[in-house]
Amino acid sequence: MQQFTCPYCGPRDQSEFTYGREATSVPALDASAAEWQRFVYERDNPAGPHAEWWHHNHGCRQWLEIVRDTLTHEVLAIRAARPPEDRG
Amino acid sequence: MRYSIFSLVRQAFAGHRGWDEAWRTPEPKKQYDVVIVGGGGHGLATAYYLAKNHGVSNVAVLEKGYIGGGNTGRNTTIVRSNYMLDDNAHFYEWSLKLWHQLSTDLNYNTMFSPRGVLNLAHTEGQRDQYFRRGNRMLLNGIDAEWMTREDIARFIPHLDCSDNPRFPILGGLMQRRGGTARHDAVAWGYARAASALGVDIIQNCEVQGFAREGNRVVAVETSRGRIGAGKVGIAVAGNSGRVAGMVGLKLPIETHVLQAFVSEPLKPMLDTVVTYGAGHFYMSQSDKGELVMGGDLDFYPSYAQKGNIPILEEAVAAGLQMFPILSRVRMMRHWGGVMDMTLDGSPIIAKTPIDNFYLNGGWCYGGFKATPASGWVFAHTIAHDAPHELNRAHTLERFETGHVIDDKGAGPVAQWH
Repeated sequence: MQQFTCPYCGPRDQSEFTYGREATSVPALDASAAEWQRFVYERDNPAGPHAEWWHHNHGCRQWLEIVRDTLTHEVLAIRAARPPEDRG
Repeated sequence: MRYSIFSLVRQAFAGHRGWDEAWRTPEPKKQYDVVIVGGGGHGLATAYYLAKNHGVSNVAVLEKGYIGGGNTGRNTTIVRSNYMLDDNAHFYEWSLKLWHQLSTDLNYNTMFSPRGVLNLAHTEGQRDQYFRRGNRMLLNGIDAEWMTREDIARFIPHLDCSDNPRFPILGGLMQRRGGTARHDAVAWGYARAASALGVDIIQNCEVQGFAREGNRVVAVETSRGRIGAGKVGIAVAGNSGRVAGMVGLKLPIETHVLQAFVSEPLKPMLDTVVTYGAGHFYMSQSDKGELVMGGDLDFYPSYAQKGNIPILEEAVAAGLQMFPILSRVRMMRHWGGVMDMTLDGSPIIAKTPIDNFYLNGGWCYGGFKATPASGWVFAHTIAHDAPHELNRAHTLERFETGHVIDDKGAGPVAQWH
């Protein structure tokens, strides 16, 4: 099985993680309906590198941002999905 | 050449040397009235009904590989119309009606076998939900039937209907008019029938871009040169996002991989399609004796036509709970296909913000059964520049306006549908 290297837990089986959605910026609470519609429903859906949010739900339960190639499943980057100013 | 018992006998005496090619292999023309991108079942059916129902025969179907080499040849061949919501129910029911006379219509044996599709229920909540769906099917004029555990034990003798499994079977929702068809034959039959009506089927022709003039597409740039187009329809499920991206459209679709697998050939043991309700698993037996099986998506976006082992194990575990007799059966083949997963689980067959560019996609993992009706309504949409009554609700705009068609009630998460 493929392994993802969790920044908190180290290498773990992919089955410990759950895919969330593509990693994009989250609209502000007072964003327009059109902005929310694009966030909820529209996807880039590339064949190639794709920034994604994954949940390590059977591990540390942290959300991670993983850049993964959708053609090869290769993991290109993996980091905590917290806002940049909050990262240690 | 028309296929019949007489042509068969004639060819038998002539050493089978006189059969024509099933479809022509023309060079692409400079210009077509309609260019369909994608030579799978849906694209070919669209071309066929454009010529047959609407008299539009100056049509090209562009296929990047070969006919029957994509998802049309990669599915588990199940045909059914057991949907709950009206918009889907009427669409898929029309498809099922077309399936029942497709071999005659195409003069090609699609080996459609209405052997029934049985969804098993394992909890009281699930039973109630199936009653609800079955009742709504009946109200829509679609056949549905509740089978008790005793009925099912008689109907599928090898199925474990005892109290021993972790999730014993309570009963099941049966649609007898559903069943299976031979997937390759569907692509070949439509290709042959469309070609006979003048449609050009162009294989090994990959679309690389679209030439625009204002808000119209005027030509398709392909690996075999530029092809002018009056109208363009795309039927490239799995790759809808990539192809629509070439004209700048962003779709409510994620591409996921779905695995399927077949066992070694066995003696006849299962004469229906049966699905597991306490997990996700479905199985039928092909005419060659192989058990054809499938389960869940891999639950993450992927264009790799290969799956991972944990999902396979989970599907097989569900299968073994249903059929302990299969514990020593060996798997023969295993493969993956790429699925257009929409954000409400229903397809998009619609006009787009570009004037003469039409979209047929988002089939999630139920596109095969939709093939005839998909072609029927997409041809209508292209020919009339307006949707058919049956795909009026399957628009792109429904995600903006809140009119999503979410049969499963799963919400805007692609992989949950």
